[in-house]
Amino acid sequence: MSTPITPEPAPEPVPEPGSQAEVSAEIAALDGTPGRQPRLDYPPYRSSALRHPTQALHPVDPEGLELWAPVFGRRDVDPLEADLTIGGRGEPIGERMIVTGRVVDGAGRPVRHQLVEVWQANAGGRYVHQRDQHPAPLDPHFTGVGRCLTDAEGTYRFTTIKPGPYPWRNHRNAWRPAHIHFSLFGTDFTQRLVTQMYFPGDPLFALDPIYQAVTDPADRARLVATYDHDLTQPEWATGYRWDIVLTGSHRTPREDDVEPDHAEHRAGDAR
Amino acid sequence: MSTPAAPKPAPTPAPTPGQTVGPFFHDALPFPRDRELVPPGSPGSVVLRGRVLDGAGEPVPDALVELWQTAPDGTVVQQPGSLRRDGVTFTGWGRCATDGEGRWSFVTLRPGTPYVALTLLARGLLDRLQTRAYLPDAPDDDLLAALGPRAATLRCTDDGDGLLIDLRLQGEHETVFLDHSARAAPGVGGTH
Repeated sequence: MSTPITPEPAPEPVPEPGSQAEVSAEIAALDGTPGRQPRLDYPPYRSSALRHPTQALHPVDPEGLELWAPVFGRRDVDPLEADLTIGGRGEPIGERMIVTGRVVDGAGRPVRHQLVEVWQANAGGRYVHQRDQHPAPLDPHFTGVGRCLTDAEGTYRFTTIKPGPYPWRNHRNAWRPAHIHFSLFGTDFTQRLVTQMYFPGDPLFALDPIYQAVTDPADRARLVATYDHDLTQPEWATGYRWDIVLTGSHRTPREDDVEPDHAEHRAGDAR
Repeated sequence: MSTPAAPKPAPTPAPTPGQTVGPFFHDALPFPRDRELVPPGSPGSVVLRGRVLDGAGEPVPDALVELWQTAPDGTVVQQPGSLRRDGVTFTGWGRCATDGEGRWSFVTLRPGTPYVALTLLARGLLDRLQTRAYLPDAPDDDLLAALGPRAATLRCTDDGDGLLIDLRLQGEHETVFLDHSARAAPGVGGTH
């Protein structure tokens, strides 16, 4: 009796090393794992391999100094720094837009009079930075750097140009979705946040190992701004809204938190 | 007399996730005299410095370190002016991008409390890390005692030229990085 010959099952296609398919398969394997923050150990983002701690972060109650953040004021930031379109002698190329939103703490309280810093590529996806080798044009009228202080409601507001997507060397044909880098401070040292704001509906989201490093879909969706037609100004600029939530403040809000009064606080009294 | 009803607690919003600082922050985050909390060579000044190293022991040339510390009398400073230093006001805060050899340094005053707080950002690092750098002679506190031999990664040495501490992202002598959120109670500040 002869054994019927069964055809061997077709082998799983092996993605070509260094391809988007390979990175996308790695992204898919980790997608949906819980965790509100990005995974520090995230192999699809190749540069993270030697730059993530292997030991768990050590839990500690913040105390004294850590319950306070540095203070910035009008001396630090010129209001003109919130307009990224006026640095040159002419108008920058691209889609002019307004980006605004509120910075709140984990209890929803506004983070008042605090520093917000942004940086971004130009409309062609090129940074002024000397290490950016993308052969897209620099814009002499756009440096892509801005700062502002939040107001009494925690609101920040920038006028800028919509950044373009750009290639990078994580893998072959890797492209970053368009984004604006944000740097934020809260009322506590521990609330420090550096992140990136994205634009709705970007076709590169699924392919990007930095965006996808936040593996919970609901959490990474919080990185995406909303188009807001009420912000859009006729004959001038489109409007995007993006609210930012810092981690919970550990400190009981006090009267003098309302307006920084340049007071000094004894570290031991801060709890 | 009726007591007003306690306000209903607002729903706790979820935090916005972090993302890497990336490689292109140098035109945005550094600023003139960012690392000079006091002018170099001024009375009482001390240099606090170190390197950022990766898991292969190689320097990280595109990292950014931020320093937050108390004044010499132990007070937490709440003074603006870090971004446009006047050479007089001590703000307790500074920032330093690493150089080609992964080195960072601050010129500052010796803090009046046992440690300074550090934030670390880098390309390849998906979220900021925070830690403490204890003075060489600081007594062990609860954290250092709990860490055992790893506590050494949080203690500066004094090499005669100033205070020295390396930040190791990975591998042997990996720096202890801290999670302050474990007992965070959003909306219920002051749980201590």
